[in-house]
Amino acid sequence: MNFDYNEEQQLLADSVRRYLAKSYDFESRKKIVAGLGWSKEAWAQFAEMGLMGLPVSTEHGGFGGGAVDLMGVMEAFGEALVVEPYLPLVLAVRLHELPGVVEGKTKLALAHNEKGARFSIDAVKTRASKKGAGWVLDGEKAAVIGAPIADHLVVSARDDSGIALFLVDIGKVSLQAYRTMDERLAADVMLRGAEAQRIEGGRKELEEVIDVGTALVCAEAVGAMKFTCDTTLEYLKTRKQFGVTIGTFQALQHRMVEMFISLEQARSMACLACSKADAGGDPRAISAAKIKVADAARHVSQEAVQLHGGMGMTEELKISHAFRRLTVLAREFGDADHHLARFSTISAAQ
Amino acid sequence: MDLNFSADETAFRDEVRSWLRSNLPQDLRDKVENYGHLSKEDLMRWHRILAKQGWVAPAWPKEWGGTGWNVVQRYIFDEELGFAGAPMIVPFGVTMCAAVLLRFGTEAQKKRFLPRIYNGDDFWCQGYSEPGSGSDLASLKTKAVRQGEHYVVNGQKIWTTLAHYADWIFCLVRTDPTLEKRQEGISFLLMDMKTPGITVRPLILMDGGHEVNEVFFDDVKVPAENLVHDEGKGWTVAKYLLGYERMNTGRIGESRRQLARLKEYAKHMMSDQRWRDRLSRVEVELTALEITNLRFLDRMRRSGQPPGADVSMLKIKGTEIQQGLTELMMDATDPAASDALSEAVRKRYLSMRKTTIYAGSNEIQRNIIAKMTLGL
Repeated sequence: MNFDYNEEQQLLADSVRRYLAKSYDFESRKKIVAGLGWSKEAWAQFAEMGLMGLPVSTEHGGFGGGAVDLMGVMEAFGEALVVEPYLPLVLAVRLHELPGVVEGKTKLALAHNEKGARFSIDAVKTRASKKGAGWVLDGEKAAVIGAPIADHLVVSARDDSGIALFLVDIGKVSLQAYRTMDERLAADVMLRGAEAQRIEGGRKELEEVIDVGTALVCAEAVGAMKFTCDTTLEYLKTRKQFGVTIGTFQALQHRMVEMFISLEQARSMACLACSKADAGGDPRAISAAKIKVADAARHVSQEAVQLHGGMGMTEELKISHAFRRLTVLAREFGDADHHLARFSTISAAQ
Repeated sequence: MDLNFSADETAFRDEVRSWLRSNLPQDLRDKVENYGHLSKEDLMRWHRILAKQGWVAPAWPKEWGGTGWNVVQRYIFDEELGFAGAPMIVPFGVTMCAAVLLRFGTEAQKKRFLPRIYNGDDFWCQGYSEPGSGSDLASLKTKAVRQGEHYVVNGQKIWTTLAHYADWIFCLVRTDPTLEKRQEGISFLLMDMKTPGITVRPLILMDGGHEVNEVFFDDVKVPAENLVHDEGKGWTVAKYLLGYERMNTGRIGESRRQLARLKEYAKHMMSDQRWRDRLSRVEVELTALEITNLRFLDRMRRSGQPPGADVSMLKIKGTEIQQGLTELMMDATDPAASDALSEAVRKRYLSMRKTTIYAGSNEIQRNIIAKMTLGL
């Protein structure tokens, strides 16, 4: 039993945190968001630090890292509310590796979501059909994070035998780009007879990768919650009303304590989820983690805004941006209700 | 990162589990499993079985009968006992009084009391709370006045668990009412329950059970040699005991057993999605608590530091989960049924409301976290 990161994992997380503290503070982030929505410099730095190679197998020049190896990085990204689409790259790479990823040149995203699917993996309506020696895809993928800057998409589509996976060049699709409520780059992706290359894997691999994504979202949410709790605690210790700091009020102290308990519990569950994801997967445990983390994300973010008072509502404070990120992460790859249903179904079958 | 127990730890767990299978008497297990009443005889019988095996006081130093287990082994042992449905090891002697004597007692006090605690010869109870001093313990008024070789004690304690079984009571008493800093006027005193002037009156709780009492002290003469630590240092002793390393506060093993019991008992409810979701939420909370407990344990093992305010978090979540499980169990009973088990389950729901109040109410635990961990 050991809950610490190993030395390499810790060093990597520390160097990511150092970089983000220096070059990705809230003011820098604001500029990125106001501009292209991502920073080429930051992306190049991530590659320089080895983040792009982290999920790539060693035979393709990467480190072959698993979820636990990525955990510290995701926590640091959560703390800084990084907007660059790193996780979509990680997940796409786990399904299909391409040259240039390690160096930060080739960018990938995972195009699986469709409108109305909610969180069901099977609700894929995009059709794959054979055309000559290759395949073409028809359908529409929705809210694909990172698609606006991706070179290729890993796309789920249905052929006669079920869900299969395809690689599509971004030039073959049309995009309707927008920003998500937590300021990330997203797009709806129109596939109209889009030429595609069939790649290994189908529904099983997709579900596994979404479970890995779920585990890593848990880690990212823990980072965002840590920022949120630390900042709110600091606010309670400095904000004065009635001649005293508001942290002297027991009503607020107890709420702050509950926030920290939520954070600790969420951290435990993120450890569980990432460990299980690396040990061949455990859908029940990963769903359990997401239930707890989703609940904690809602609880912590809502209380943080409340305890900040009106200031918590403003664009000016990072708290309101953390609120948005946590709101989105709570639902990413399935909200608490979705995972509760999945957990209960698996439990009942046991 | 590795969330699994090591091979050695797993082997240890299996050893404890297998020993429990052959040594935990079935009738005691049945009583616990069916929420029956455990008599003093039941509790002491189990105590002596553990003592004979050398396992009744794992945390003690080896010279006094401790096992030399590390914190992880002690955690595993405690949780296996809970999981197996063993009667509780009454903590007042083995865990609490002994911890105080080992830390603050004289050699003579240790020799006099520890072997008898170990062997189950003396049954102890704890005299802390008073009618006017609950969460605000330092306001206690029970007075002890030194007269020659004795203290003369007058006052009242309340919520004294199992005082009606007890041979001895350890008490916080006020030896100096004049000090401005009220904590400094408190002392830690051991009293023989047979001493003239001590009266025990039952307090029946809403489940109809007799577990707690009022204890009255009327000119009780206590030999001065029964003072632990210096006069006026009782608060130091009490604080030490509050922060005492009890990493089984979360009672994970016990709750795991209750969860399994609940799933079995409420099989007929499993087709109801709303029920399954309620059950799942409690199970998720329990898993989160278990991993959190292991994380704290891992940190404690490596730092060698006592757990501090971590225990408060385990107490809050552990008791909320225990109450959650008993509430579900009660809701699973047929409202039209009046069989013995249904009745016992309902009474247990009533009784378990105590868990968020006792041993430092959950609000006091939040105060502790706010102060110690958050610096508020």
